[in-house]
Amino acid sequence: MTAAVFFGCTFIAFGPAVALFLFTIAREPLRVIFLIAGAFFWLVSLLLSSLVWFISVQISNKNSAAQQKGLLIFGVVLSVLLQETFRFAYYKLLKKANEGLLTLSQEETMPISIRQLAYVSGLGFGFMSGAFSVVNILADSVGPGTVGIHGDSQHYFLSSAFMTMAIILLHMFWGVVFFDACEKQRWWAVAAVVISHLVVSCTFQNPEYVASLVPTYIILFVMGVWAFYSAGGSLRNLKLCLTCKDKDFLLANHRPR
Amino acid sequence: MNTSDSDDDSYNERTALVTSENPVVPSYRPDPDLTPPNDTASKRPRVTRRSGPAAADGGGSDQEVDADEEELTLKYGAKHVIMLFIPVTLCMVVVVATIKSVSFYTEKTDQQLIYTPFTENTTSVGRRLLNSVLNTIIMISVIVVMTIFLVVLYKYRCYKFIHGWLILSSLMLLFWFSFMYLGEVFKTYNLAVDYPTVGVIIWNFGAVGMICIHWKGPLQLQQAYLILISALMALVFIKYLPEWSAWVILGAISIYDLVAVLSPKGPLRMLVETAQERNEPIFPALIYSSAMMWTVGMASPIDAERSGQETDEEAEQSSRGAESESRPSRSFPEEELEEDRGVKLGLGDFIFYSVLVGKAAATGGDWNTTLACFVAILIGLCLTLLLLAIFKKALPALPISITFGLVFYFSTDFLVQPFMDNLAAHQFYI
Repeated sequence: MTAAVFFGCTFIAFGPAVALFLFTIAREPLRVIFLIAGAFFWLVSLLLSSLVWFISVQISNKNSAAQQKGLLIFGVVLSVLLQETFRFAYYKLLKKANEGLLTLSQEETMPISIRQLAYVSGLGFGFMSGAFSVVNILADSVGPGTVGIHGDSQHYFLSSAFMTMAIILLHMFWGVVFFDACEKQRWWAVAAVVISHLVVSCTFQNPEYVASLVPTYIILFVMGVWAFYSAGGSLRNLKLCLTCKDKDFLLANHRPR
Repeated sequence: MNTSDSDDDSYNERTALVTSENPVVPSYRPDPDLTPPNDTASKRPRVTRRSGPAAADGGGSDQEVDADEEELTLKYGAKHVIMLFIPVTLCMVVVVATIKSVSFYTEKTDQQLIYTPFTENTTSVGRRLLNSVLNTIIMISVIVVMTIFLVVLYKYRCYKFIHGWLILSSLMLLFWFSFMYLGEVFKTYNLAVDYPTVGVIIWNFGAVGMICIHWKGPLQLQQAYLILISALMALVFIKYLPEWSAWVILGAISIYDLVAVLSPKGPLRMLVETAQERNEPIFPALIYSSAMMWTVGMASPIDAERSGQETDEEAEQSSRGAESESRPSRSFPEEELEEDRGVKLGLGDFIFYSVLVGKAAATGGDWNTTLACFVAILIGLCLTLLLLAIFKKALPALPISITFGLVFYFSTDFLVQPFMDNLAAHQFYI
């Protein structure tokens, strides 16, 4: 039974992300490299925020639970802010690299567009964030025994898996919206991304684990629609795509109509 | 178990990263004796017959370094990075999977290699640190001596001795270590297997491995064997190197790699330069090559034809007439020269990357540390390949990756882990 829980939760948590990776990213080496670089940037931001949290814990009173909780929330807020800062730094780095590559190759088109980079880097952030959040939980779910024996919620593994999936997809949507907002200098959109990240990370922690999933998925849906529109999608595009009548897409993929 | 000399030396000269875009060094051929040296000369005239930008595809010749070359360098560069990411990832996956499932490789043992004679079982921290530093000094000196010995042998053309040495060490790895590994896997999963079956399995595995590595074989099979022997070697190191010594050795060997490959009198640099002067490939048992020159394991001629046609479509309109006649004869050199652009990575690099990640997986049941080290090593490799594309000469592949790996290991283990544990307990998702 524990194997079923393990595989089920793994596929729930990573299924959509791995599917996205396999179908859109795995064939292009450049995208894979930028994905891993995005994951690395997220890792560095986590490292810095853990460092600050660790130092603050060492100098604080370790016996007071309330203080530790407060410090943890402070750590979460700091971590979110640092993640967004690193996302911005990655954006700047990619812009510079793209310009450099453009002048170097003297061609009109860049090998990879900024929108693709937004998607790929968002997914990189998401992969790393999801993996760090859930891998230890998954490893424990294989082991003998399960949760909920002492009256805690039985749905810990399942809600963790769903939350992880939401976080990975959210990071991707945040990446797309963020880069687009930076391109068009719309700082209110950047602020909205930061605020929604804070909302998802800080407020949803209650003993009933499941109740926090609904608002998260609402935010996920809203961000998804926003990302869709900022990436250039529209209802018309969607209809054409779904009925296989989008001529540009078909031409680009060498498929018959 | 005290291991003998012949198996541990195999990592010495393997820690170098060489580009084969330098046309003087042909990419690895499975049988260096078969391909006559005048073949490379005869291929050049066929390349220069092509006109203008289309020649960028056959940019194996130095003379045509222009803007299109840079664009293709980027695309090929990215492809080469991925061609190295995959084997490095596979090696690490094999090592981590073994470490997590087969407990033999993480059991505490009092046996140590003869290269690390000082024990770490002492009570005081200072003594332990001193012992690990001494162990490192001994290990690095052994490596240096063996590398210099190998370079001297190579310089004085004692090829038979070197080949014998390499054959002996790969025999040891392919037969003895894989036998041990198989035994431990059977013990872990409680499978009872009889000796004749094991004998047949090991004999076939080892014999095919020897042929693939030292003679001819399909490229992917050869790559698979090289990955497997690197993984086996890494597992031996993880088991028999004491804790702190392993970390100090990792640090010291990346410094040694930096010195040996970049300094003018460094042994590895001399090895690579001598090989380039003599127009010979470096020994097949020491280097992982991502691409190959000849038809073994290549795409079928139809595919070669098709790829030639696709690239011709990008050529200038005016020259299309001239090109279409000579297309059949040029599709082969195009394919070859494209294959020529593979990148090589020394097996020692595979081994030490896997040792780092394996040690991260072995100490503590924590997966975050393993993931962090994995990403750090891949990014280091990416940066190293970027530098390779800029400088176009042999570079050490260990320093950047191992530095990142060590930094991320220690910081994740001490800083990030408590933070993430607290977050997971309170169900905070960042």
